[in-house]
Amino acid sequence: MSPPVLEKTFQASDPVLQDTETFEVNLGPQHPSTHGVFRMNVKLEGETIVSLKPVMGYLHRNHEQIAENMSYLGSMPYTDRLDYFNSMSNNFGYALAVERLAKIDVPERAQYVRVIMAELTRLVNHVSVIGFLLNDLGAFFTPVLYAFREREKILDVFEEVAGSRMMCNYLRFGGVKRDLTPAVTERIKKIVRGFPKFLDEFEGLLTRNEILCIRCQKVGVLPYDLAVNAGITGPMARASGVNYDLRKVDRYSIYDRFKFKIPLGKIGDVYDRYLVRILEMRESLKILEQALKEIPAGPVMNPKFAALAKAPRNFKPPKGEAYGRVEAPKGELGFYLVSDGTAQPWRYHVRAPSLINLTVLEDLCLGHKVADAVIILGSIDIVLGELDH
Amino acid sequence: MNPAEIKTKLESEFPGIPIQIVGEGLLLGPEDLVRVARFLKESGEFKMNYLSSITAVDYLEHLESVYHLYSVDQRTGPVVLRVRVPRDNPRIPSLVHLFRSAEFQEREAYDMMGIRYEGHPDLRRIFMWEGFEGYPLRKDYLPENEDVLEWDDVEWLERHGVTVPAEYKQYAQDLKAAGKEARAERPKPGAEAV
Repeated sequence: MSPPVLEKTFQASDPVLQDTETFEVNLGPQHPSTHGVFRMNVKLEGETIVSLKPVMGYLHRNHEQIAENMSYLGSMPYTDRLDYFNSMSNNFGYALAVERLAKIDVPERAQYVRVIMAELTRLVNHVSVIGFLLNDLGAFFTPVLYAFREREKILDVFEEVAGSRMMCNYLRFGGVKRDLTPAVTERIKKIVRGFPKFLDEFEGLLTRNEILCIRCQKVGVLPYDLAVNAGITGPMARASGVNYDLRKVDRYSIYDRFKFKIPLGKIGDVYDRYLVRILEMRESLKILEQALKEIPAGPVMNPKFAALAKAPRNFKPPKGEAYGRVEAPKGELGFYLVSDGTAQPWRYHVRAPSLINLTVLEDLCLGHKVADAVIILGSIDIVLGELDH
Repeated sequence: MNPAEIKTKLESEFPGIPIQIVGEGLLLGPEDLVRVARFLKESGEFKMNYLSSITAVDYLEHLESVYHLYSVDQRTGPVVLRVRVPRDNPRIPSLVHLFRSAEFQEREAYDMMGIRYEGHPDLRRIFMWEGFEGYPLRKDYLPENEDVLEWDDVEWLERHGVTVPAEYKQYAQDLKAAGKEARAERPKPGAEAV
């Protein structure tokens, strides 16, 4: 039997080959570049993106309703599961909202411990995000391993202070769960001393890397006005030049005592987002140094609320509402609480930075190729636990 | 700037506008929301150009949509706006054309509370699937009771060779005949193990 012969040979000038048809592709939900179960419904013209609709909810577990059926303290471990990379920051935001609601004071030392933990979390987040971004670019696992080597040291600290590496559940209303031992403080100091060397090494490999520059520069440009209008926060907004960091704006906790700068980008492309994160880590190290130097001795828990952990149902904040927001590594993490005077919140709402930063995904990706969509998504830095509530 | 001052400013800008101070926020009628938000955003004095959070709250007698506005340039805020709508016909004009950040948050509030934001370009459910019935964060929403066998479950079990006790079967049949679904009760306060 002879092989089948094509009846017609196509030529490049053929109109059949010149007309491209819009093609619809689902990127995800089961794909490593989507950073979890997340789907992008993409329309392609050739390989160029002409429309992109994010589809989420695969990890939805009605976090808010579960929290509304629990005591206030009962949701604290559950906030860890929002953005599971940065459980300390989530705890911080929730504790701040409840403390505002019930007007709880936090002792001096606990404030310092909180700031130290929040900044360590920022290091963990930014270093791994950059690793994953490089993964998305095709540099498989070498940068991630460099990043995770450092992350591991910090997670060991978390394990020592909180008992868990990722789901820390460390903050309490009116303080923190355990005090820092001198050994842990030494360990943190050692990490802070060693981190700049790692950052130099990391930057030496990446910042001027030709492939990284070509792939990231002028890709996914987010203009200033759109960033403000779409409520983009965190490193992503600052890469577009929006000078808005809650640590400076709200000066919550004790951030007014430290000297640090807010790195800003000029163009707002993927490369700027990468650079802003690197620079933010350097500023976090400055905060950590100052905090570790100034940290006073004393209690880490407001004595009035120390017994709360044993009887969380006795904690009944007065009627009212509070909106507490912190500068989480991904952006503004807000908690809106309404209390009706009982032991359960009447309303518990999370303003998740991952979700709202995703608003502009379509604007950033239009006109780019599919491969660029993957790194743009990587540079937005989403975590599905938080995005899907 | 405290709510009373903002209220005075708004009243001088829009004569006769009904504004009430509730907590830290200003209670507006749904028809006034867009013009007030536009004024707050565009006036040189407020420059509230950043809509941080939109959420909905179920207060049993009405639903409420809460807006937190901040100013990025002046670093002031928040200005909290509230809009109350009846539960049976919750319609609020959308703010998407003023603030893009409303896009997903209004979809979320629609998905969870069922508030219809009129003028939203793409008001679909965001987390729950298409065809899902009910609004999970309303206080009268009852989730499915997964401990009770429904008729579909009974059929599935029997197809797989599991014998279902007669009383369970009868209960499932009664449910089906009554056209009901097994709904769980809301957890009572204090029922959770602490």
